Amino acid sequence: METGTKVGHAAELMDTRFDAGIPPGPIDEKWERHRFDMKLVSPANRRRYTILVVGSGLAGSAAAASLGELGYNVKCFSYHDSPRRAHSIAAQGGINAAKNYRNDGDSVFRLFYDTVKGGDFRAREANVYRLAELSVNIIDQCVAQGVPFAREYGGLLDNRSFGGAQVSRTFYARGQTGQQLLLGAYQALERQVGLGTVTMHTRTEMLDLVVADGRARGIVTRNLVTGAIESHLGDAVVLATGGYANVFYLSTNAKASNATAIWRAHKRGAFFGNPCFTQIHPTCIPVSGDHQSKLTLMSESLRNDGRVWVPKKAGDARPPDQIPPDERDYYLERKYPTYGNLAPRDIASRAAKEVCDENRGVGPGGRGVYLDFTDAITRLGERAIRERYGNLFDMYERITGENAYRVPMRMYPAAHYVMGGLWVDYNLMSTIPGLFVGGEANFSDHGANRLGASALMQGLADGYFILPYTVADYIGRTQPDKVAADHPALRAVEEEVLERVTRLLDISGTRTVDSFHRELGRIMWDHCGMARNDAGLRRALEKIPELRAEFWENVRVLERNEEVNQSLEKAGRVADFLELGELICIDALHRTESCGGHFREESQTPDGEALRDDGHFIYVAAWEYTGSLARPNLHKEPLHFEHVRLVQRSYK
Amino acid sequence: MMKLTLRVWRQKNATAPGRFVTYEAKNVSQDMSFLEMLDVLNEELIGRGEEPIAFEHDCREGICGSCGFMIDGLAHGPKRATTVCQLHMRSFRDGDSLTIEPWRARAFPVVKDLIVDRSAFDRIIQAGGFISAPTGSAPDANAILIPKEHADLAFDGAACIGCGACVAACPNAAAMLFTAAKVSHLGLLPQGQPERDDRVRKMVTVMDGEMFGSCTNIGECEAVCPKEIRLYFIARMNHDLIKAGIKVRKMSQQAARI
Repeated sequence: METGTKVGHAAELMDTRFDAGIPPGPIDEKWERHRFDMKLVSPANRRRYTILVVGSGLAGSAAAASLGELGYNVKCFSYHDSPRRAHSIAAQGGINAAKNYRNDGDSVFRLFYDTVKGGDFRAREANVYRLAELSVNIIDQCVAQGVPFAREYGGLLDNRSFGGAQVSRTFYARGQTGQQLLLGAYQALERQVGLGTVTMHTRTEMLDLVVADGRARGIVTRNLVTGAIESHLGDAVVLATGGYANVFYLSTNAKASNATAIWRAHKRGAFFGNPCFTQIHPTCIPVSGDHQSKLTLMSESLRNDGRVWVPKKAGDARPPDQIPPDERDYYLERKYPTYGNLAPRDIASRAAKEVCDENRGVGPGGRGVYLDFTDAITRLGERAIRERYGNLFDMYERITGENAYRVPMRMYPAAHYVMGGLWVDYNLMSTIPGLFVGGEANFSDHGANRLGASALMQGLADGYFILPYTVADYIGRTQPDKVAADHPALRAVEEEVLERVTRLLDISGTRTVDSFHRELGRIMWDHCGMARNDAGLRRALEKIPELRAEFWENVRVLERNEEVNQSLEKAGRVADFLELGELICIDALHRTESCGGHFREESQTPDGEALRDDGHFIYVAAWEYTGSLARPNLHKEPLHFEHVRLVQRSYK
Repeated sequence: MMKLTLRVWRQKNATAPGRFVTYEAKNVSQDMSFLEMLDVLNEELIGRGEEPIAFEHDCREGICGSCGFMIDGLAHGPKRATTVCQLHMRSFRDGDSLTIEPWRARAFPVVKDLIVDRSAFDRIIQAGGFISAPTGSAPDANAILIPKEHADLAFDGAACIGCGACVAACPNAAAMLFTAAKVSHLGLLPQGQPERDDRVRKMVTVMDGEMFGSCTNIGECEAVCPKEIRLYFIARMNHDLIKAGIKVRKMSQQAARI
């Protein structure tokens, strides 16, 4: 494999230090057997152990609530004013589960198969199978909590279909599925807070991880109201801090979503898995100007009834209703007749970029494609469409001022999700013993591309049904002693955190934090976005360290630490993005194949689809921080496919 | 491009006195959201060495409930069913003069500038805003049939984003709409029945213990709610509360007889 770049002399190590720990046995018995093999902690002993859960989204809230129910002493941390604000709340479309309530041929195996294939064969089979198995329990759990999923008149649960699947297995709650699932988990969490098993620390941001005697033993936080730098000790740490798509600045992520917790853990020894696997979502509202602060996603479910098209002719500036049908190119239906408008996200995004690059894009700046509901409205009536997507159409109108019942929506891809994250074993434990990672923050089960309605599934599977077992197993096996509050590792980390905060405040430069973030985002989007190539990535790897150096000399953060200081909060996060961005590009440069959301222009089929290189790249790239950002060590976890045949992914 | 004059509430922290400061917002495009307009102003303030205006926000899609402040006395501004992050500048005119201030309620003390402390809402949920269903204890999802109309109505209550606009708009600073939305969401579902009486009593007790005022059926809360949660839920909660009270009395009388 060729990794001899100027900046990425990645030492390649086929590593024995890290082992995915996949249990033996047939794939459909692995989790069952593993659950039996895992150690238990007796109910009377659980309250002696403290578990720190960082993040309160689906994975964090579910894990904190479930661990609290089991009787552990749980501390949960959120930088928001309430755990209910976590970004899981913004997920619109739905959650997959292999219930086969539709009798349309779904099964655990099919959900497993679709997910592995959708991820372009870069995920661990055993993990994905477990995810598909647990999907069924999630729906049961959520309904029991009172999550108001969509129902049919007979009182049974309704389903719809989503990208990358030919069965209807997606459960939904209007266009607010994430909100309802998060509120379910939040309510379970608040119940435990009321019962005293969980202590909630809101407006508290984790700024570093404490590793003592080789184990994760605590975190150092900043109180976002008083600025106090504090340490919290525990017997295990769970990071459920979400993804890092905001490295692109413009993304569909919430403004505060950041990588600091996982990046700090990475710098303390946790390997980072597949950082270059980022997902660009095909249907987002296009950028309207330089003031743009974020991008808004329109649920993939819209592609059930909306048809995607652009004019056949380049530079056609006629309004959509004046372009006759035979002069329109319904390019997804043309190129992928089997899946049509429901082609998976990576494929639909690239197809949109392609037509816009051909100067056939629509709207201001020509970076847009139509998502047209005319046919569906004619067929089903406006009322049916309003019933299904009313809140999405309203949101579209609020942002663009256009009525999508009358004119087609304009859409363009935007950074949305990351499949990469901290490397974890089958137990969701990182390479630092005692540090667990759940939800989007881990490198996860989605391989190189996540299918729609699978993020909610994974976050909740991790939180409700995996971490409560595996964290207990860790506690049971290691029976950790208490860490002394004056342990030198603790003081050292606290001092480093304080020193960093002080340094940010002392620079007193001339450029705002946001201006650096925007510039980084532009570099990432241009060179490491929907399409990547060797030359572009090398340019990015020159520019990012330069920008980082300028940041540390010229950023302007006003006021003090000892108060609410939103610029200071952002500065810390952007400083970490400026480091993570480099690792993403190093990973993207080393992986010379295309797969899923990682599209290397040098590696494509004759008709422009992603071309994998299974001979060289069937592995998880797990990067180790070495003290030099430009020279991380590459460790490879080989992937074995025993139940799914490796094929060129086709949705034609 | 528009130019606006903004009178913005600035307050260093919970204990410091606050005051209005006037700013000019220039080059405002109608495609900006209200928060993007403030972003641009803040960038300018930082450039001048002045402290940027602190306000809460996160998803900017109207669902996380983080954002919210008063614009000319209206919670979330003039547009119906719209959080301030989804309010776009095309709702305003060139030369407009706007007053921006935080939610005003005793139960929501100011933290800084436009940021307030809404943790009282979490405490109301802790008191009973849940269905006790520990992980792993659930029956099959389709074992519980729920008529579509009940599920839809429950959803209307569940749609609450906890932004606090209802409290801010209420002349009494009551939290009835917030509490009623959750009581109704859970009370309308079969899963929520076993704890229904207990839930409403506990949640209302905690709500009364915070610094919220009482409901006098004015309806400002419904008018400003970005999720259009209806006053109907308050009537429903009051009904539940009275019924729960009668049941408890009956039960204690029965117990006395035994």
